[in-house]
Amino acid sequence: MKISGLGGRLYRGESSLNIIGGKRKWYSLSLAFIILAGFALGFKGVELSIEFKGGSSFTVTAPSGTIAQAENAVRSAGYLGETRAQTIGEDKIRIQTGVIEQSQSNLIQDSLARSFGVTVESIDTQNVGPSWGEEISRKALQGLVAFLIIVMIYLALAFEPKMAIAAIVALIHDVFITVGIYAAVGFEVSPSTVIGFLTILGYSLYDTVVVFDKVRENTRFITATGKYTYSQAANLAVNQTIVRSLNTSLIALLPVAAILFVGSGLLGAGTLKDLSLALFIGLIAGTYSSIFIASPVLAQLREREPAIKALNQRVMARGGAPLAQGQRVQRKRDKRKKR
Amino acid sequence: MSFGSSRNSGSANRSRPGRTLFILLFLTAALFATAFGIGATSINLGLDLRGGTSVTLQPRVQTGDSGTVTAEAIDQAVSIIRQRVDSLGIAESEVTAEGSGTNRQIVIAVPGETGRRIVELVGQTAELRFRQVLVETGGVSTPTDGELIAGLNLSPEEQSAFTTLDCTATDLNITSVTEDPAKNLITCDRSGGVRYVLAPAKVVGIDVESATAAIDPASASGWFVSLDFTGEGSKKFGELTQAVVNLPTPQNQVAIVLDGAVVSAPRINEAILGGRAQITGSFSQLEAQDLANVLKYGSLPLAFDRGEVQQVSPTLGSDQLRAGLLAGGLGLALVIIYSILYYRALSIAVIGSLALAAAQVILSLFILGRTVGFTLTLAGIAGTIVAIGITADSFIVYFERIRDEMRDGKPLRVAVETGWVRARRTIVVADLVSGISAVVLYVVSVGSVRGFAFTLGLTTIIDLLIIFFFTKPLVSLMAKSKYLQNGGRFSGVSARSVGIANPDVPKVEEKI
Repeated sequence: MKISGLGGRLYRGESSLNIIGGKRKWYSLSLAFIILAGFALGFKGVELSIEFKGGSSFTVTAPSGTIAQAENAVRSAGYLGETRAQTIGEDKIRIQTGVIEQSQSNLIQDSLARSFGVTVESIDTQNVGPSWGEEISRKALQGLVAFLIIVMIYLALAFEPKMAIAAIVALIHDVFITVGIYAAVGFEVSPSTVIGFLTILGYSLYDTVVVFDKVRENTRFITATGKYTYSQAANLAVNQTIVRSLNTSLIALLPVAAILFVGSGLLGAGTLKDLSLALFIGLIAGTYSSIFIASPVLAQLREREPAIKALNQRVMARGGAPLAQGQRVQRKRDKRKKR
Repeated sequence: MSFGSSRNSGSANRSRPGRTLFILLFLTAALFATAFGIGATSINLGLDLRGGTSVTLQPRVQTGDSGTVTAEAIDQAVSIIRQRVDSLGIAESEVTAEGSGTNRQIVIAVPGETGRRIVELVGQTAELRFRQVLVETGGVSTPTDGELIAGLNLSPEEQSAFTTLDCTATDLNITSVTEDPAKNLITCDRSGGVRYVLAPAKVVGIDVESATAAIDPASASGWFVSLDFTGEGSKKFGELTQAVVNLPTPQNQVAIVLDGAVVSAPRINEAILGGRAQITGSFSQLEAQDLANVLKYGSLPLAFDRGEVQQVSPTLGSDQLRAGLLAGGLGLALVIIYSILYYRALSIAVIGSLALAAAQVILSLFILGRTVGFTLTLAGIAGTIVAIGITADSFIVYFERIRDEMRDGKPLRVAVETGWVRARRTIVVADLVSGISAVVLYVVSVGSVRGFAFTLGLTTIIDLLIIFFFTKPLVSLMAKSKYLQNGGRFSGVSARSVGIANPDVPKVEEKI
């Protein structure tokens, strides 16, 4: 197996990806993405679903129906505002209106039923009041803040305070990237999207936790042994966990991809598609950030500490070469010493 | 070597995989017995999977009131709405308050029914007012309208509203009339046969203390509704009745107005000063109880906005259920294929664990559905599918740790134990993060998406149980096999898979 073979080489430091050392590269890449995301957000904003804006949605099952027919039916029911219609799957048409009264919704149902020759009961209807969105937006924001605080405290206790900070930096990075992609592509944001999104925060941390666990293990006695700089030790940890990280992300992605595939194929926009799309994008961003953002940020934070600074100077004075190369050289020396 | 390893080898000797395995299998059997013992053999499906109507109401303070939304008032509202929904006689309808404290929504779910009756019944905002009747006349405008309102000092808008109002029109939405308690109200009665001009409201909902349907066995008056006013309300109602009692009909009537429509407009026979009034009429028991409920509902200091109304046809419901199951099956299959390709023989542990986890999730849903009324929504199904990934993640963390330990030169049987000690911590920390996010999601989410958080949390707990009491002991048992110990080609722990470049070279400790 090629990948696991690579895993072995990475583990022993025979092959080494210089992830911490290349931090400028990753930072600029992410910065570029974030700026693009900012532009997309600023100019286009995100497309909000009717749960947020308020409005009504009617779904008719009619294999031979057309979008124009649905639009006409809605108009003839006396609704003259803007509508958005789309076909879903093989035989469904969905048409959305702005905020309307229950009585108007009943009239539209009647009109659609007449026009498509179906019963009123077979039309799937969703009416959302104008103030509903504020409620869920407020809750989602509360959730985000509560989540960040709880996780910060937890990580600070379970790991190190600086790991908590680095993990949160990576998390905010993921949030930005995902929101930016939503704005740029114009995917609709529904409450399901928000839920998927909040779940991603959990996932992203899960991934970061796996990497940091190893970093902590590798750096525990680092000042006592004085063989490696913090960055070198952290880089080895990232290399040792990279295969595992990719693996866990890939396997988490598989079921999500299944939901996305089935959901958007069979049902169109809705709970399944919205949830899984947010998860899909967020998972990829999360995997990237836990390797390329969280660990370099952690290394930077730690290397400001006087003890770590002193350690780095000691290691360098002993002829610590540039990172990736240095690690291998050092390693061989160690082996010799031990024998 | 770090000090950890001496501890590790100790625990390796102590591990008793067979016994631990037995405990978990026993637990699963117990779960199974419980489920079937209490007759919980099916999952409650949510409305989005079986079709039906759901209405989410958002409580707010009544217009013009200065009070606050209290948890108590919401509880009362829930019980009143429940009575009203139950009066429809639809089986399995549910009324619940979601969220916490005063920040809750009331969710009414009626399965199988996509009718409008339910929406209209519960969608009322429940604003109750008592107004003096100024004009009471037929439902449709007549040429004599002008005489009726002469001398009432109505504004031109009010006059035209009165003359154009047609109470018999089918598309009339009387409850959407914005009712200002300080102004006159032009409206209809609830059945649409009578038009009213009503004076500004002198008594409002919160002035009512309680309302009960009662019957006086001593008299022949039949069912009536007894109203108790609060201290302040008694005074206001006393003044109102005092003022109208000697006026000519219909101005000696006081209309009880709920959500802008007249429920009843009884004549005042005498000034009511004692704070207690009776509404009599030829009520049946049901009518009297319904009116009492309406009044109780209206007496709450709450009004309700329709947050969301969803009508799902049974066809869409079964489509969504099918899609959910299909996605689950596909997701599970992909994960299994991946783990077979990557972990070879070790994937037996993965497949066994996933199968057991699935069984436990299903049994838990059976039991939870029966005991606490948990319903599985589409979002809930998505939660369990996503959790397949989380469960599989735990295996990978463990298996990769085993490989790491083998790379450090440990033989499989030792690596399985020392790797576990290291992986265990990571798995617990990661599952805790996942658990925290599920709890936060559950608290903040609204409506059907809550199911996602619930199943995600449930499966996280099951994941921990399985990996500790099933996967780990199973791997320990498997590690006794000669095939795996010798690193057979399809063992998943062969020198090639682990990536031990040259197994013959004496192993060097790699710990930093």
